Amino acid sequence: MEISVVFQIAAVGILVAVLNQVLNSAGRSEQATMTTLAGVVIVLLWVIHYISDLFRTVETLFQL
Amino acid sequence: MDIMQIVAVGIISGVLSLTIKKQVPEIALLISIAAAVLIFFMVLPKISAIFGVLDGISARIRGDLGFIGTLIQITGIAYIAEFGAQICKDAGEGAIAAKIELAGKVLIMAASTPIIVALLNMITQVLV
Repeated sequence: MEISVVFQIAAVGILVAVLNQVLNSAGRSEQATMTTLAGVVIVLLWVIHYISDLFRTVETLFQL
Repeated sequence: MDIMQIVAVGIISGVLSLTIKKQVPEIALLISIAAAVLIFFMVLPKISAIFGVLDGISARIRGDLGFIGTLIQITGIAYIAEFGAQICKDAGEGAIAAKIELAGKVLIMAASTPIIVALLNMITQVLV
């Protein structure tokens, strides 16, 4: 778990934000929503992986 | 030295999260979650060292009531409950955060009842 993870997530976020703007200005707002949804799902699956790591570590560390 | 890195990570993640909060608020929240997990992993070695010392101390106490283990469990429950509640507050879901905190308190009470009972027994023995 490195700082680069946060940077990668931010990069995906910025990419989705820019894509959103471009697609909205091109008039295809439904595709913009789709790309936003896809971006969020990708990042969510990524972060869930780290959250499950956190929970497993906390379980072993705090003897829960 | 560590605190500098942690504060740097926190500030950078905060700024990154803010840049995309208006366009894509969901990913902004996920950035703050990732930063929270990252900071915990940065502090992890110190926590396990402290718990090692605590276990060493509790091993030396004669009538060990096992309360050190329960103390560590309660700390874990409190940390995770606070982690979840804070993230729900960031997402704007105050009600869910309150429910998580309620559950945390209930679980901590449940975990601490054996100690309370042991304490009362000890007191009654001393008084009687």
